[in-house]
Amino acid sequence: MAVVEVRGLSKHFGDVVAVDGVDIRSEEGEFLVLLGPSGCGKTTLLRMIAGLEQPTAGEILLGGEDVVGLPPRARRIAMVFQSYALYPHMTVANNIAFPLKAQGMDSELRSAKVQWAAELFGIERLLQRRPRQLSGGERQRVALARALVREPTVFLLDEPLSNLDAKLRAAARDDLMEFQRRIGITTIYVTHDQVEAMGMGDRIAVMDHGKVRQLGTPEEVYHHPADVFVAQFLGSPPMNLLESANHLFGFRPEQFLPEGIAKDETDRVPFTFHVNRIEYLGSERYLYGHIRGHDKTKIIAMLPVTVTLPIAIDEDHKFSVARDQLRFFDRDEGHKIPPQALDA
Amino acid sequence: MTTTAGRKRYLSDNPRYLAALFMSPAVIYIIALVGFPFVLAIVYAFTDISTGNPELDFVGWETFRRVLADPVFREALWNTFLFAVIANVLVVVLATALAEVLTKDFKGKWLVRFLVLLPWVAPVSLAAITWLWTLDSIFSPIDWVLRELGLITENVYWLGRPASAMASVIAVHTWRIVPLAAVIVMAGLIAIPSEINDAVAVDGASSWRKRFQVTIPLLAPIIAVAVLFGVILTISDMSVVYVLTRGGPTNATQVLSTWAFIKGIEGGALGQGAAVALFLLPVLIGITAVVLRLARRREVL
Repeated sequence: MAVVEVRGLSKHFGDVVAVDGVDIRSEEGEFLVLLGPSGCGKTTLLRMIAGLEQPTAGEILLGGEDVVGLPPRARRIAMVFQSYALYPHMTVANNIAFPLKAQGMDSELRSAKVQWAAELFGIERLLQRRPRQLSGGERQRVALARALVREPTVFLLDEPLSNLDAKLRAAARDDLMEFQRRIGITTIYVTHDQVEAMGMGDRIAVMDHGKVRQLGTPEEVYHHPADVFVAQFLGSPPMNLLESANHLFGFRPEQFLPEGIAKDETDRVPFTFHVNRIEYLGSERYLYGHIRGHDKTKIIAMLPVTVTLPIAIDEDHKFSVARDQLRFFDRDEGHKIPPQALDA
Repeated sequence: MTTTAGRKRYLSDNPRYLAALFMSPAVIYIIALVGFPFVLAIVYAFTDISTGNPELDFVGWETFRRVLADPVFREALWNTFLFAVIANVLVVVLATALAEVLTKDFKGKWLVRFLVLLPWVAPVSLAAITWLWTLDSIFSPIDWVLRELGLITENVYWLGRPASAMASVIAVHTWRIVPLAAVIVMAGLIAIPSEINDAVAVDGASSWRKRFQVTIPLLAPIIAVAVLFGVILTISDMSVVYVLTRGGPTNATQVLSTWAFIKGIEGGALGQGAAVALFLLPVLIGITAVVLRLARRREVL
């Protein structure tokens, strides 16, 4: 087990800056998620930690040791790829044994290790099959077994669930979490799926344009976003943002409730909400419209199915947000600022 | 009026006629230039037709019996086999190595790629004539270099001695087929997913282990296709041998395709020439079937 730390890490591909001065330090045995839209540099960052890309600048420390310039095999890392990258011409047993053969381990110890890894992931009965004959979930387990058989100190995963269908994904996520908890290995997990990130990560590094916008627990990045990008990237639908005299303020759609529904003892800020359209989604209702006085900004309210209050379209309604659920941002830079007074 | 005109059906709207129309040039071409001579060759092979006696007298298997009894035919059969095997072993090794080099990044790659492909685009007979000069008994530049280096005192007579003539023919065949095979193998190399190569790097395999345990097994089906093309091109081609040695010295480099030509066209024994040429057919069909089957089985794994 080891701590992963990167300092001032950058990667340029010609004129394109893929990763731009990133500083991250993982905890021992932590499940750290790199989350961001495609092209934000999260995969490049992971590949640099793995040693598959050489950084343009900066340091990478694994267990306190600078590994820049070392080939992947010297870093004691394991990686699971998006496509799993199993060797199609080898049996499952040979796939798992491949990294051990590369180490020059003798065959007796090797088969014991393969057996151990196969049992860990419950794939003993698949050992003589070939990757082509396996389901998506089984392939993932083989890929995990191959990665873990060398007992690496750091575990790197590049969108390992994106090739599975939705039903399988939930089960695979469960499995993955359980294995990680049991083995307690420091894990860095790349994804563009915020549900995965929120559900799995001990902490999440939200990335955009090669930079880490915020590094924090799922609660922190969701409830206390460091800037406008994080506020709008996380949450579905995203945070509503409005312009005030000299700053921006925002609130989550689920915090925006009709008068009389919310508990009245809290200090609430009232708004007049004009509803244009309603989407009924079963477990909740989305209300689309705008707030009087901010007619150009689209606002979304999300009402849980337990709120049965009838809402008429094309009419004004009294809505409110708890004052402590308002978030404030600098208007030009977009970063978080302390609570401000709202002008009327 | 416009409505009725819009509704009118044309013959070309019928996909059956349209398909037949579009297919016909290819079909006519194949029938006229491949099918007809092929059938004619089969008919000739069972007659004793010659340029002196152009009558179709059927003699059954007599032509084949006579061809098989000829010691030159047996030597040509052996040479055909020998040249195809040795040339294609060389082709596979060189083409795989070349393909690996050409998929790497280096300065002047386009020039190297162009030069590598040159033997393939050059007309066979032109290339063979160039080789004829290169291997000339008196003016050979190879001999000149070797002489200047002090390695030989007199010329090798490349095409004048059985062993060196055979080596020369094999070398020219190899030189000619390597570019095609390299391009085929290159396509296979590029098709290997980059994540597989990343996985090999993370798993810590040396480059030799990677080459022999991952890359080449994954390339096997495509190498089989390259071999198929190579074998067919060496067996069916007659121009290299014909231009370089005409099968000599004393039939040392005689192959079936040149023997069929010499026997049938130059010697006038059309029936026997056809029988020699047809002798290749089951061999080629057999090789094709085996190689394609191997290639398909590799894919299923």
